[in-house]
Amino acid sequence: MIERVPELIITGILAGGLYGLLAMGLSLQYGVCRVLNITHGEFVMLAAVLTYTLATLGINPLVAAAIAGPLMFAIGFLLHITLFRTLKARTPSPAVFEGSALLVAFGIMYIMLHVGKIGWGGLRLPCYYLSEKVMFAGMTFFKNQIVAFAISVAIGVAVYLFLTRSRLGRAIRATAEDSATAGLMGVNTELILALAFGLGALMAGIAGPLSAMISAPSTAIGFQNTVIALIVVTLGGLGSVPGSFIGGIIIGIVNLLVLGLWEPVLTVPVYYGILMILLLVRPTGILGKK
Amino acid sequence: MPILEGQDVTKYFGGLAAVSHVDFYIDQGEILGLIGPNGAGKTTLFNLISAAFPISSGEIRFKGHKLNGLKPHQICKMGVSRTFQETKVFANMPVLQNVLVGAFFGTPTRISGEDAAREATQALEFVELSAMSATPVKDLTLVNQKRVEVARALATKPEVLLLDELMAGLNSAEISEAMELVNRIRDTGITIFVVEHVMKAIMGICGRIMVLHHGEKIAEGTPQEIATNKQVIEIYLGEEAHAGS
Amino acid sequence: MDITGFISTHKKLLLVVFLVLLVVFLATVPLYGGIYNVRVLTAALTMVILAVSWAMFSGTTGYMSLAPAAFFGLGIYTMCVLEKQLPFLVIVVIGGLVAFAFALLVGLVTLRLKGIYFAIFTFGLVVFMSELINYLEVAIRQAHGWHITPLDNTMLFHTMLGLAVVTVLAIYFIRRSRYGLAMMSIGGNEEAAEHMGIHTTRVKVFTFAISSMFMGAAGVITAPILIYINSNIAFSFYYSFMPILMAVFGGMGQLYGPIVGAVVFTYLERLVRNQFPNYFMIGFGIILVVVIMFLPNGITGLVPMLQGKLSGVIARLRKGGEAEPHANT
Repeated sequence: MIERVPELIITGILAGGLYGLLAMGLSLQYGVCRVLNITHGEFVMLAAVLTYTLATLGINPLVAAAIAGPLMFAIGFLLHITLFRTLKARTPSPAVFEGSALLVAFGIMYIMLHVGKIGWGGLRLPCYYLSEKVMFAGMTFFKNQIVAFAISVAIGVAVYLFLTRSRLGRAIRATAEDSATAGLMGVNTELILALAFGLGALMAGIAGPLSAMISAPSTAIGFQNTVIALIVVTLGGLGSVPGSFIGGIIIGIVNLLVLGLWEPVLTVPVYYGILMILLLVRPTGILGKK
Repeated sequence: MPILEGQDVTKYFGGLAAVSHVDFYIDQGEILGLIGPNGAGKTTLFNLISAAFPISSGEIRFKGHKLNGLKPHQICKMGVSRTFQETKVFANMPVLQNVLVGAFFGTPTRISGEDAAREATQALEFVELSAMSATPVKDLTLVNQKRVEVARALATKPEVLLLDELMAGLNSAEISEAMELVNRIRDTGITIFVVEHVMKAIMGICGRIMVLHHGEKIAEGTPQEIATNKQVIEIYLGEEAHAGS
Repeated sequence: MDITGFISTHKKLLLVVFLVLLVVFLATVPLYGGIYNVRVLTAALTMVILAVSWAMFSGTTGYMSLAPAAFFGLGIYTMCVLEKQLPFLVIVVIGGLVAFAFALLVGLVTLRLKGIYFAIFTFGLVVFMSELINYLEVAIRQAHGWHITPLDNTMLFHTMLGLAVVTVLAIYFIRRSRYGLAMMSIGGNEEAAEHMGIHTTRVKVFTFAISSMFMGAAGVITAPILIYINSNIAFSFYYSFMPILMAVFGGMGQLYGPIVGAVVFTYLERLVRNQFPNYFMIGFGIILVVVIMFLPNGITGLVPMLQGKLSGVIARLRKGGEAEPHANT
């Protein structure tokens, strides 16, 4: 089995790109809006099963990503305006808000999960795309893995540049840092918060179709995706875009190694082992602020 | 030996030194004042004494014992208690419960329910809030919330009390009352370290004053000496000049 | 002394008498209630235990645990493993202790840190347990799933009732003690609590472990009801979601809030489960969201407001009665 290790590692890196995209969205939502969005994975799930439906209509997953992305952005944006913004106005302290927002997200997660189940049932829905093999140095990869990785990284770079170079991006970072002061300096913080939340959902909306073209989704994948996103974000550091990708790649590699060399069912326990060590040693993550 | 002292106290946040190589001491029974422009590091110094966050380098000693590495609850039980700049009361609990927390947990040895209740009631009487003991703290005015914080800290039976901007947001009459309260606390034998912006209060109650600027101690002396210190005048005038422009 | 005077001075005594009578009444239900009612009541009591335990920690300290199902499932599996070895009641106690120990571990790792890490950790804990146990089952026993010998419904009901009474009493006394005061101050302002001498990490970890202990014990009793157990059945997100919904709906400010929520939703669920399989869960999710947003203190949080209105009405009625004699002077 050991000969497979290089292939597993590289496949893991490719998968890690997608994990990074996933984690980046969650990181944005917590970093800016202080909402630990545990429904993140359900957004991915809905986008993924939607990809299946679009595939049956002849639309390929890459185009589906261009549809699902903005759709999820809209849903995320609306959710923030209607629910989280109202909640923020009604809760006295930030700590209480975080706790209540978590429970609200928990409720929404349940709603989305069951909406998915009603619409798409419980079975796997294959919509593979670009599954041609790519041989390199005796190792087998798949075109869709490489494409997903490339798109994820490209989006990551774009978001990083957006956040650091553009005016809107700076406004977002200012709001994340200190929303009261940002508001005083003329930033429309309410709009920024909703935008950031929507942006996070947008990433889930793109990650969904990308993962769907590689492995057939079902309505049950939401949870796993949220768990992975949470662990990657903690590993990479809450609020750091490069951190999300570094964490994503590490977890991607771990995932593939466990899958290939050990037991598929042990991936989550292994993640938790990593999480425990992380929380004991450096909870703020690799690139997080201490 | 001073009851509370610090040597070369330094705290870095990232690359920035919020408090830089500060030495200080307070003798038992003194009221020491700490002043300085915004961002000078005053609250940071308090946070280092109470271990709200860890010190980067240097030493702080209470009655000769090193405080480095201890946690806030341990320091409280040793006899150093504090109030906070943004009042950190337990908003949804009644006034009496707030003070009871201090009474129950602030002492090194376990205290009975009756004794705790008695301590709490006495502390409330001391700050003249007995009438409000059943009111939820969130329904109180700012002045009274600050009094609850003081009573709560007093209930922990401290030897040293750190008061962080007790008078912020108070009007003239309330400031006089607060000054009188601080003096009464000192009269019970408690040593007090006060951070303040309100000059008349600091000058009026402190025996000695320390001045911080950009994290460094730039002056120390009696109120008279500080009031006539050229450097101090400059930084405060400079601040006013900036504020005006 | 007239009736209202009697009631107000002996309020506490009357309440205790009422509660004792209630428990006795419940204990006699198997005699005339029929198996269906006994089973529903057992389910309701299970939820009472889970909801009250969850609220005891998350409701007071503000640290949201999303993992009741992990500890409940641990109890179920304790029964699976020890079923043939030990008397049933002993297993109940052991199940509680196993859950306690595991919660202690989780707490020690996560409760030193900010609340968000606790939430992150507990979120996936259910899946973690499910997958790990799944793997161990196959590795150790080469089989999935366990068959548990069903036990007498009445005996299980009485055991659950006993556990519920113990849980509620324990939590009642903890809430009233200085310990409960410490928990509430952590929820009020953790930094201030720590500065007033409270060893916040120790209080949080211990409270979390105690609350999980009751959940584990309830799991042990549930195993013989489920009869067939596998890792998906034992570690089901349902047992995390429902207690939270019930506690939030009922109101976490009062001890009886989660109890009210548990009873309401157990019966509500029975009503709607068959008509609208997936839809009712959507409805519950919506209720959870609405309650958190607009009724953060739950249904029982409305009680003070209602009390105020009621005493206003009574006062006006009293005044109306008294006005007559004076009108002639």
